[in-house]
Amino acid sequence: MSEKEHNVSRRQFLTYTLTGVGGFMAAGMLMPMVRMAVDPVLEVGAEGDMVAVADLDELTEEPQSFPLNFEQDDGWYEAEIEETAWIYLDGDDVVALSPECTHLGCTVNWEANEDEPERFFCPCHFGLFERDGTNVPNTPPTEPLHRYEHEVRDGTVYLGRPQPQV
Amino acid sequence: MLQRIYDWVDERMDITPLWRDIADHEVPEHVNPAHHFSAFVYCFGGLTFFTVVIQFLSGMFLTMYYVPDIINAYESVMYLQSEVAFGMIVRGMHHWGASVVIVMMFLHTLRVFFTGAYKKPRELNWVVGVLIFFVILGLGFTGYLLPWDMKAYFATVVALEIAESVPVVGEMIRVLLAGHEELLGAQTLTRFFAIHVFFLPGALLGLLAAHFIMIRRQGISGPL
Ligand code: FES
Repeated sequence: MSEKEHNVSRRQFLTYTLTGVGGFMAAGMLMPMVRMAVDPVLEVGAEGDMVAVADLDELTEEPQSFPLNFEQDDGWYEAEIEETAWIYLDGDDVVALSPECTHLGCTVNWEANEDEPERFFCPCHFGLFERDGTNVPNTPPTEPLHRYEHEVRDGTVYLGRPQPQV
Repeated sequence: MLQRIYDWVDERMDITPLWRDIADHEVPEHVNPAHHFSAFVYCFGGLTFFTVVIQFLSGMFLTMYYVPDIINAYESVMYLQSEVAFGMIVRGMHHWGASVVIVMMFLHTLRVFFTGAYKKPRELNWVVGVLIFFVILGLGFTGYLLPWDMKAYFATVVALEIAESVPVVGEMIRVLLAGHEELLGAQTLTRFFAIHVFFLPGALLGLLAAHFIMIRRQGISGPL
């Protein structure tokens, strides 16, 4: 039988097998490295713990700022983070808002602008939010302040992580 | 598809001679294990290069997690080793690969020595090879300190004392390596890191290029 009668020539067969074996080896070498590099993308976020922040009877209808301490895992580095939350009572309901402006992340304050009572004010670009966090139209922020997940147990208010309201 | 992309580029740039120069070269019968099985001894140079490539790649990926700092170095190694998916494998490749490079390089040296391939006109390439040998040893030496655990620390303490025992300039060499007059500390670690990931790999690439260009110019040495 001559070379021509084969569907796959000897040279083609060699090319296929060598490329296959070479590709397999290269993949075996690179796969662990690439998997390691993309690990942060594939990692499932750990459920955050709820942190005790305030007693229920400290709360009023008026938003007050409370410190919120938690441990943040950043790879091999563990940081003590202190955040604040604006917390108030809406009837029997607890509302906890993140002070992080939804425009570019400055910190908002309750009634910090005398001309805008009953509103959160952001000093950076004069963003305004209503008491429930809704952004005031025609100011830079485009979405309401984020709201902390919360839980009340034995008269103590626990907060989780802030979630977008929309 | 690939063929058409290749043709498009080739028509404009004439790239075929570029890779032909690299890929097309004579492999004499006496170095081809398909003819004489004992010719496998000629593979050790290539195997050394192959493991060096693995070292480069795995090292690049390891620096995504490693920090050369006395407070965080050990923690970051522990983290990438135990928390990151496949981190243990990649660090294992770099760790064991370091020894494999040295073994392969040693076998390659033996083969060149016993086949007399270092003789005229290839003396210069032997010299470059010896320089590569020292650069690789330097990489092993500086890399050993980076995990910043007890073994790494005290191995380097000993190595620096050996360096200090050199007559006259010993003290200077030790301070130059340690980056501090008395301590083996923060400045030693950053220094070793810089040498390990920038200076020596750079030197190694240059030397390897010279090594390979010389082989291509002079061809493979004849049979025994
Ligand atoms: S960051 Fe708050 S208004 Fe721009």
